[in-house]
Amino acid sequence: MAHEATHEHKSASKRIWTVFGILSVLTLVEVLLGIFRPEWFTETTLLYMSLLNWIFIILTLYKAYYITWAFMHMDHETKGLRRSVVWTVIFLVAYLVFILLTEGDYIYEVYKSGHIAWDF
Amino acid sequence: MDATVARTGTEGKTWGGGSKSPLKASYGKMMMWYFITSDALTFSAFLAAYGFSRFKFLDEWPIADEVFNHFPFLHGVDAPMYYVALMTFILIFSSVTMVLAVDAGHQLKKGKVTTYLFLTIIGGLIFVGSQAWEWKNFIKGEHGAIETANGRILHFVNAEGERVSLKDVATPIEGVRTEHENNNGVWFLKEPSTMSSYSLEEVIKGFETKDDFLVRTHVLNEEEDHSKVRKVLSREESLEILKNNAVGVVEGANLTHNEYGPPLFADFFFFITGFHGFHVFTGVLINIIIFINVVLGTYEKRRSYEMVEKVGLYWHFVDLVWVFVFTFFYLV
Repeated sequence: MAHEATHEHKSASKRIWTVFGILSVLTLVEVLLGIFRPEWFTETTLLYMSLLNWIFIILTLYKAYYITWAFMHMDHETKGLRRSVVWTVIFLVAYLVFILLTEGDYIYEVYKSGHIAWDF
Repeated sequence: MDATVARTGTEGKTWGGGSKSPLKASYGKMMMWYFITSDALTFSAFLAAYGFSRFKFLDEWPIADEVFNHFPFLHGVDAPMYYVALMTFILIFSSVTMVLAVDAGHQLKKGKVTTYLFLTIIGGLIFVGSQAWEWKNFIKGEHGAIETANGRILHFVNAEGERVSLKDVATPIEGVRTEHENNNGVWFLKEPSTMSSYSLEEVIKGFETKDDFLVRTHVLNEEEDHSKVRKVLSREESLEILKNNAVGVVEGANLTHNEYGPPLFADFFFFITGFHGFHVFTGVLINIIIFINVVLGTYEKRRSYEMVEKVGLYWHFVDLVWVFVFTFFYLV
């Protein structure tokens, strides 16, 4: 915040480097899993999705949390600003993703069961 | 004043009616947050639309490892993920230097802000350059493919099931395709870049003579051990589909044809990474403007580096979007 600049401000560089370490390790884990794709992870299905994809998505959200809270200083903002930004995005995106993926899967089934032929 | 405004008894409290700013953020910073919110929804819409199309064409959607497997100076080496992982690290690191610049700004250390902001700009430029290289490889293509009348993609494989390129398959036919050379035409005219290196006839003629080559369709079939493998046709089926269904040769990818799979994949790739790349590009431009201001001492005179913080928000947002693009385009 603006008024902080006029006060003496303690350097946060230690936390920055810690968060950088966390983000790097998470990215490295994602990349290694992406390269090797261990069979056990790809073949175990949990709630319509392979375990590997769940891991990717959860790690991504975890990274997003760190970027927003530590790098964008969301933890210093007021509760009102934080909620108006984060909740808006989370609820609208969750709704959008649910609707579109359900619809996409439905169309896939329609093509697959041959209601509409592709041979044109 | 008091006479015209009804008193609510909440004066002076957080939501007491305009005398205080309840979110305790400056106008510029608050608006940067809401811009980011709306921009995040735009990107989400793109990625959700990508998910929709992928679910719709689940059996033939390209797997990123098949498409993005190049690394600079390692020509012909299958290196999936490595390059995009490197790009991700570059962007995360430029985010770190940006937050260090913001931190130095809080302590009013002009020199440090200058250094870190400079490093951020360099990181951004490297990232945009890397993305351009990624686009180049994608547009150029690798092995080439045949497109069928219904828009499906056919690849060629040898007896061992490894991909073979069009140049291994095709037999050039005299007269069908004359290469334009400098000495037999107007020297400054180049070959049209949209023309494929081999015609469909040449590919089919070559394929007929090479008995151990097969056609691999883009349809993912589930094997007995649950692994998903693209379906390879028998020799007879291969010849039949080439003669009856093939309509053209595809090399590389553009908005209407894509040798890696459905053109939609290419469209989404160009649109989403392009839109993100445009954000990085504008982020770099804004960073440069702020960098000049820092060097000129504008914020030193103001005794506040909040402007660095605001562009920092934008820059971190660009990084944040990439984290999601990386996951949904390259990993999942």
